[in-house]
Amino acid sequence: MPPLDETPAEKPRHKPSRAPRTPMPERDASERAQDFDEVSLGYSEEQAVAEANRCIQCKNPTCIEGCPVNIDIKSFIARIIDGDYGAAVSVLKERNALPAVCGRVCPQEEQCEAVCVLARKGEPVAIGRLERWLGDFDLACDLDHRCAPEVGEPTGRRVAIVGSGPAGLACAGELRHLGHAVTIFESLHAPGGVLTYGIPEFRLPKAIVQAEIEMLGVMGVEIVTNVVVGATYTLDDLLSEEGFDAIFVGSGAGLPIFLGIPGENLNGVYSANEFLTRVNLMKAYEFPKHDTPVWRGRKVAVVGGGNVAMDAARTAKRLGAEEVFLVYRRSEEEMPARREEVHHAQQEGIEFKMLCSPQEILGHDGFVTGMTATRMELGEPDASGRRAPVCVMDSDFIIDCDTVIVALGTRANPLIAQTTPDLEVTSRGYVKTDEDGATNKAGVFAGGDIVTGSATVILAMGAGKKAAVAIDNWLAGRNG
Amino acid sequence: MFPIVHQRQLSDSVFEIGVAAPAIARKAKAGQFLMLRVDDHGERIPLTFSDWSAEEGWIRFIFMRVGKTTHQLSHLGVGDSLADVVGPLGIPTHTEGLGRVAVVGGGVGAAVAYPVARAMAEAGNDVTVILGARNQELLILEDEFRALPLKELIVMTDDGSAGEKGLVTAPLKRMCEAAELDHSMAIGPAIMMKFCAATTKEFNVPITVSLNPIMVDGTGMCGACRVSVGSETKFGCVDGPDFDGHAVDFEELMSRQRVYTDIEREADADFSRECSCHR
Ligand SMILES: Cc1cc2nc3c(=O)[nH]c(=O)nc-3n(C[C@H](O)[C@H](O)[C@H](O)COP(=O)(O)OP(=O)(O)OC[C@H]3O[C@@H](n4cnc5c(N)ncnc54)[C@H](O)[C@@H]3O)c2cc1C
Ligand SMILES: Cc1cc2nc3c(=O)[nH]c(=O)nc-3n(C[C@H](O)[C@H](O)[C@H](O)COP(=O)(O)OP(=O)(O)OC[C@H]3O[C@@H](n4cnc5c(N)ncnc54)[C@H](O)[C@@H]3O)c2cc1C
Ligand code: SF4
Ligand code: FES
Repeated sequence: MPPLDETPAEKPRHKPSRAPRTPMPERDASERAQDFDEVSLGYSEEQAVAEANRCIQCKNPTCIEGCPVNIDIKSFIARIIDGDYGAAVSVLKERNALPAVCGRVCPQEEQCEAVCVLARKGEPVAIGRLERWLGDFDLACDLDHRCAPEVGEPTGRRVAIVGSGPAGLACAGELRHLGHAVTIFESLHAPGGVLTYGIPEFRLPKAIVQAEIEMLGVMGVEIVTNVVVGATYTLDDLLSEEGFDAIFVGSGAGLPIFLGIPGENLNGVYSANEFLTRVNLMKAYEFPKHDTPVWRGRKVAVVGGGNVAMDAARTAKRLGAEEVFLVYRRSEEEMPARREEVHHAQQEGIEFKMLCSPQEILGHDGFVTGMTATRMELGEPDASGRRAPVCVMDSDFIIDCDTVIVALGTRANPLIAQTTPDLEVTSRGYVKTDEDGATNKAGVFAGGDIVTGSATVILAMGAGKKAAVAIDNWLAGRNG
Repeated sequence: MFPIVHQRQLSDSVFEIGVAAPAIARKAKAGQFLMLRVDDHGERIPLTFSDWSAEEGWIRFIFMRVGKTTHQLSHLGVGDSLADVVGPLGIPTHTEGLGRVAVVGGGVGAAVAYPVARAMAEAGNDVTVILGARNQELLILEDEFRALPLKELIVMTDDGSAGEKGLVTAPLKRMCEAAELDHSMAIGPAIMMKFCAATTKEFNVPITVSLNPIMVDGTGMCGACRVSVGSETKFGCVDGPDFDGHAVDFEELMSRQRVYTDIEREADADFSRECSCHR
């Protein structure tokens, strides 16, 4: 009997549709910029099937290599074409425990879709939108009918995971699959990492994140919130008194970087992390129903050009700002943010001030009243290949604003390294690991942003899964 | 959920609560704090440990009712529980080898000063405690301090209703002048710490202050708690809460503490309207 994977080939050959890429239904910009509901509405079943039918089911599906966790994209699309959505979800979940999340936030345009055979003609299959549709299809079922990844025979081994972001969650799922008991320790009161406290509701609804995490609960993953590893327990406590056999550290890169310019401690200056945490995690947009306040600026300047800056700018707009400026040193072309996010931000009326570098934040009575910036121009390409911005002499000007949000990136939180002197870290505080995620400390593994610095959800998940396999091997080695 | 196992009222607006939290109790040290949330809609607020027992698995904190969250807390008692408690956070107060030291506790700062003074005395230092309050009614923990092996306990009130009449800086200055101090520590309202720092500066007596900037996570990930110390920006929650009082920019701290005053007042007013206690 041929293996299951080959069955579609025996069916009458699928005839790909030549229709253009199915557009994503979205809410109107003027309407959506008023609230925190989701911007993209997702495909209907008809749209998903139509889009799946565009796939030509390549002999050598390049899309799969483009996916950092090598989801069998061709096969899940084939299952959609066949109308067997449950089977499609199973294929997806073999490799990705959080499809409804990744379908929304992965930069598919740089990954699977960039290398899809149809991309050469300019219109790759909308793999991300199909992934999202399948993820949502699964979440719409009751918990007992959802696709639950298989849990392995109990091995009697216990693994502790530090941090419940994508790296920790993916590692937990894989370890359960391998039969190990798993406890995740999370310092905040809610799990999810950046998915919960950073990425806004209008891009990634928190109910979706919680529902995906719930599935891990069904798989037997225990999540203990309100535990700061390094404070409540050290790594050594976990390995000794608490009786864990191994540890995975997925604590992210949570420490905000500031500009280091005068006026930065005025009231009304936020790190993007603080601003987004107040709004997403603490639900400040529902103050006073939720108790945490946030300063609602009328004129907001957001400094930076990545996804985080876009999220902060669009959030400020939704809190009622009349004007939101995005202040970036280079030009729009160099912005690291996803095109889709840039596009959404522009539609929502965010004003881009490109080639501007902040010099000083001005204030009165302790509160922000403006910001001076210098105009920049692009010089020679630098080490990153991007053209380096250089100051234009005597070009200082004032941006009128009452709030400044700094979105310049983050660094590693030193808490764990400080309390684990024998754990090797880089000069910038990131945990050093080998290719599989093993640190220099026996039984301690790490992955995600705490190893690579700020990256992406899927790379963090990939690192978590890889480390799970390495942990499994390491535990097996200790057995024999 | 963290069950409340102890509750008492210390004055009209000051309360103590103890919760069962064995993992935190095992690690707590003087000068460290916790973050708590009363319920699912609650704000995360920082409060310093006033006491703890690793053996019995509880921690305690003392708080003054100043806004909505502390108001809610003031209505809770044994049998209730808190949604979230996390800690111990911050760097413990340095208590060893200080020699002759004065610990100033102003207002509810006395609650934080208590475990600090106790740890300093247990470490063999020569400890004088100066407690300050507006009046006798607001003076807290006097008996507990008296039970510690202190060199002296000095009580100051604004109106003279207990101890001496005057400000905490008066005895602090006296001790500095008499060259009786190797170190000092001030815990209380920012304005009091500022004046204590100015007082000791004149005599070159080092002073540690325990700062209370606004916090969100308390673990170093937001920067809400930033304070200027010398020419550097520090995060109160992970670099502190203790800092060199002679280098702290108190004006900035006080300004930053006021950022949400107006909106918070509304939230508490809403809560008070619905709440039965009508203070
Ligand atoms: C605003 C924003 C928008 C983004 N948008 C995108 C996007 O659209 N697409 C994309 O792919 N990527 C995006 N990213 C990046 C992506 O979110 C991260 O790369 C990813 O979340 C990293 O995962 P992680 O598990 O390594 O860490 P995190 O998600 O940071 O999770 C780490 C977790 O560990 C916890 N923790 C930290 N220290 C401790 C400790 N000592 N003890 C216990 N717990 C601890 C933290 O509270 C946190 O919950 C965005 C990031 C931000 C901030
Ligand atoms: C490290 C540290 C230790 C502290 N220890 C104690 C203690 O032991 N006992 C005690 O009574 N108080 C302590 N405080 C102060 C206490 O956290 C605030 O009084 C409390 O947050 C007020 O909350 P509220 O909702 O009742 O009042 P609100 O109406 O919210 O605020 C009243 C005032 O409290 C301050 N405040 C508000 N929110 C916060 C916040 N999230 N973080 C910090 N300050 C805030 C502001 O200055 C505000 O103007 C400490 C603060 C810090 C930073
Ligand atoms: S590369 Fe594109 S067309 Fe080919 S199998 Fe993958 S998704 Fe389908
Ligand atoms: S409270 Fe968030 S960094 Fe200190």
